[in-house]
Amino acid sequence: MADTSMDAPRGVFTIGTRGLLIVAALAAVLFVAALAGARYGALLLIGLGFGIALEGLRFGFAGPWRAMILRRDPAGLLAQLVAIALVALAAFPLLASNGEELFGAHAPIGVAMIGGAFVFGAAMQLVMGCGSGTLVNAGSGNVVGAVALPFFALGSFAGAYNLDWWISLGTAPVVVLSGTSGLLATLAGLAAVAALVLWLAPAQARRVPRRLWIAAVAIAGLAILNLVVSGQPWGIVYGLGLWAAKGAQAMGGDLSGSAFWSAPANAERLEQSILTDVTSLTNIGLIGGAFLVSVWRGGLAAKLPRLSPLAWTATVVAGFLLGYSSRLAFGCNVGAFFSGISTGSLHGWAWFAAAFVGAWWGVKLRPKLGLEV
Amino acid sequence: MTRTPIALAVMGLVAALIAADLAGSAPLNPYQAPPMLALGSGLAATGAHCAAPVVE
Repeated sequence: MADTSMDAPRGVFTIGTRGLLIVAALAAVLFVAALAGARYGALLLIGLGFGIALEGLRFGFAGPWRAMILRRDPAGLLAQLVAIALVALAAFPLLASNGEELFGAHAPIGVAMIGGAFVFGAAMQLVMGCGSGTLVNAGSGNVVGAVALPFFALGSFAGAYNLDWWISLGTAPVVVLSGTSGLLATLAGLAAVAALVLWLAPAQARRVPRRLWIAAVAIAGLAILNLVVSGQPWGIVYGLGLWAAKGAQAMGGDLSGSAFWSAPANAERLEQSILTDVTSLTNIGLIGGAFLVSVWRGGLAAKLPRLSPLAWTATVVAGFLLGYSSRLAFGCNVGAFFSGISTGSLHGWAWFAAAFVGAWWGVKLRPKLGLEV
Repeated sequence: MTRTPIALAVMGLVAALIAADLAGSAPLNPYQAPPMLALGSGLAATGAHCAAPVVE
């Protein structure tokens, strides 16, 4: 007969820990709402939802792209396309009828934009974490994600610092698909990509697990809420760059030499608290949500990998490149790919193509840098 | 070594970031905050996004 003497205390401890986690998360939301305003508390709550959904349902971007490249397993990529399509179904009419109150993730295609997306795709395969993935990984105690994150923030700050120079290398006008025809074109494009990956996949792999369907709906719902509450689509990179820019300013750095950071909108963000910045709040929520799920599951007991000095160096460099390249690309997998396409920006499609090619190279490079243990 | 100290360190750094930010930023005023929902607020969209190339 099994010894159950330890079961009851352990069970009580688990329930107590989980209860404490919920109370702490809600207290943080109420704290921000009371201190900064209801909208900002709501955005932290949305961010927590993103973190819980991404970590809890193992929905990601870098991993599924790797699975498609290496094994032609389309499940995760198909779930991404479904989530984007669901957001587009709501975002297109919302943007069309509320153009003053809401804006999309609209940006131009350009030389640096395409190059940035390519580099981002490669770097996200090296650290196995994209914009959202690096935050989730750091919150769940993944040491590679935790090391990459501060360099991601520094890279985002540095990329934004010189963004005007990169834009001057050659940038086309912004092209936005809008209205019913734009929505239909976007859905047709997503369906065409889905058909292609299904055609490429082996017959036995042509299915999406239930958890990914649930995750796609949850992520889409949260992204629509993000748009309705904040007036802008889900993003990651701006907030990270802002944290580093505030740090530089606090240490006496003069940012007036940067056209980007001295622009009125960004200068105002530098003056105001990050508790009033949309992407900062959802980023903090993402980290917190992933932490919550990891503690809830008991997943923090997993051992850390032993990596070589070369692998650590590659992690630091890739982390910096994730931030720098995503500024040039007008967003990461979230701001450009997910939110760009779902709000009709053509640059989201260019980002997807360039980043996927970069990801192929990143997958090839990863073992050479000692990052597969 | 497990993931526990890494996750706790990350959460500690986030808390430190918020504390440092509150100490060095303009004071918060919830009474001047925008309405909870941007949709239907009648206010022009503000805020910063990574897709915005605006530098002027």
